Amino acid sequence: MSAPLLQLDIQAKQFARRLVLDRVSLSLAAGEVVSLVGPSGCGKSTLLRIIAGLDRDYQGQAQILGEPIRLHSRHVGVVFQEPRLLPWLSVADNVGFELGRRGGRHPRVAELLADVGLADWGHAYPKQLSGGMAQRVAIARGLFTRPALLLLDEPFSAVDAFTRMRLQDVLLAAASHSQASVLLVTHDVNEAAYLSDRVLVLGRNPGRIRGEVRVDWPHPRQRGDARLARAEAEILALLDDREDAPQPPPQAAPWPASLARLRLAV
Amino acid sequence: MADIDQHAARPLTAAWAKRAQGWLLPLAVLLIWETVVAQQWVSAHLLPPPSELAHTLLELTRSGALLAHIGVSVARVLAGFAIGAALAVALGAAVGLSPRVEALIDPSFQALRAIPSLAWVPLLLLWLGIDEAPKLTLIAIGAFFPVYLNLVAGIHNVDRKWVEVGRVHGLRTGALIGRVFLPAALPHVLTGLRGGLSLAWMFLVAAELMAATRGLGYLLTDGRETGRADLVLVAIGVLAVLGALSDSLLRLLETRWLAWRDVALTQEAQP
Repeated sequence: MSAPLLQLDIQAKQFARRLVLDRVSLSLAAGEVVSLVGPSGCGKSTLLRIIAGLDRDYQGQAQILGEPIRLHSRHVGVVFQEPRLLPWLSVADNVGFELGRRGGRHPRVAELLADVGLADWGHAYPKQLSGGMAQRVAIARGLFTRPALLLLDEPFSAVDAFTRMRLQDVLLAAASHSQASVLLVTHDVNEAAYLSDRVLVLGRNPGRIRGEVRVDWPHPRQRGDARLARAEAEILALLDDREDAPQPPPQAAPWPASLARLRLAV
Repeated sequence: MADIDQHAARPLTAAWAKRAQGWLLPLAVLLIWETVVAQQWVSAHLLPPPSELAHTLLELTRSGALLAHIGVSVARVLAGFAIGAALAVALGAAVGLSPRVEALIDPSFQALRAIPSLAWVPLLLLWLGIDEAPKLTLIAIGAFFPVYLNLVAGIHNVDRKWVEVGRVHGLRTGALIGRVFLPAALPHVLTGLRGGLSLAWMFLVAAELMAATRGLGYLLTDGRETGRADLVLVAIGVLAVLGALSDSLLRLLETRWLAWRDVALTQEAQP
């Protein structure tokens, strides 16, 4: 077996003087779908930001396909919690944003829009889309560069339950069609079990990996499957953190304050 | 059939009725105005009746004098506005994008903004004489601040989340400005341009009132000096029409360029 797709060994990650991540190690093999589950404030979004290269202020090592992580790695695609489509660009130009102006004309854009079920929407503006449709476009944008790894940060937390189920299937289909592995942050235990090959459970204060639940039978899966329910129960047992002391309130924004007002130094 | 036609016709007639209502007041005012002067309750010398204004307008148009004045004034507004807006876009972008430039420049501009712009007039006359230069400078000063302030505010309000999207896609400073900051600030820029243009017209009048031999502001002065209120009123009317026209041109650009905006009212209510 060659080098893992993602190899992460974080010794420590701090905001101000608060330890957010403490000795977190994880690796991902090509083709895997892995979820990070944990209570808010456990540092799961921070972990994702580190892998995306948006946060470099940590102690430890992180490699993708044997290369150290950097911002805008061609191996990584990112889907944020909100769709974050640029409202002044058409849907197609948003998907092809990587290529610059007129990126929407690339044939890959049409292919991806078909993958996420929005083949006819290339010319629309984001304001014409529903929340679920916008998130489909965001998934297509994340997959545009054919990344080896697609990162998603609670991507379906803002949509209703039915839309969420449809989006989960769209994600699996589109990612496997693009041959991308998936690392997904969620706090929906059901979503984690349904989508993933492995579920990593994080505890908080500081964030540590508490355990791993394997969900090892292939897709497509039945949502009512009893094995899924058992996996969920396992995850919930790992999540149960009654022994923890009362926590200080989590930060208002899950993103670090250093980026809160990003301006350019010209 | 008749029923359907009626339904289709109703909104249209309603719209016309509403539009007609808007004309009621001005028409009534014109009528009263004409009567009041005809009855000699007010001196026709001070308040020429609408019929005389129409006559003056026709005369001025026929002689070509009005068109010449309009041409001169429009050219001044366009030149002054272009200079002021271009400087404002350049400086506003630098101040908005760079905290260092902002710390260096912005306090001074905030201080300069506190000066009522007409206070510059004597100084400009002293420095630049009574040619075109002081007029264009004054108009440019008027157009500068709305554009500058709106652009800086627009850039400061750009959502950090969009900036992150740009960075995740590998945009460096230059590309980030061109592909995220400026498009995101465009609505503010257009608001600023409209404000700047209306101030440019205001300052045109100020500039032409002080020393000019041509232009609509000169027509105002000329009317006052020769005791012809009709000239003054015609000039005021023409200025109003030109101001409204140039603003609706910018508004047209706004609806063109900002079609992507998700706003509740896509069309402004017609006055």
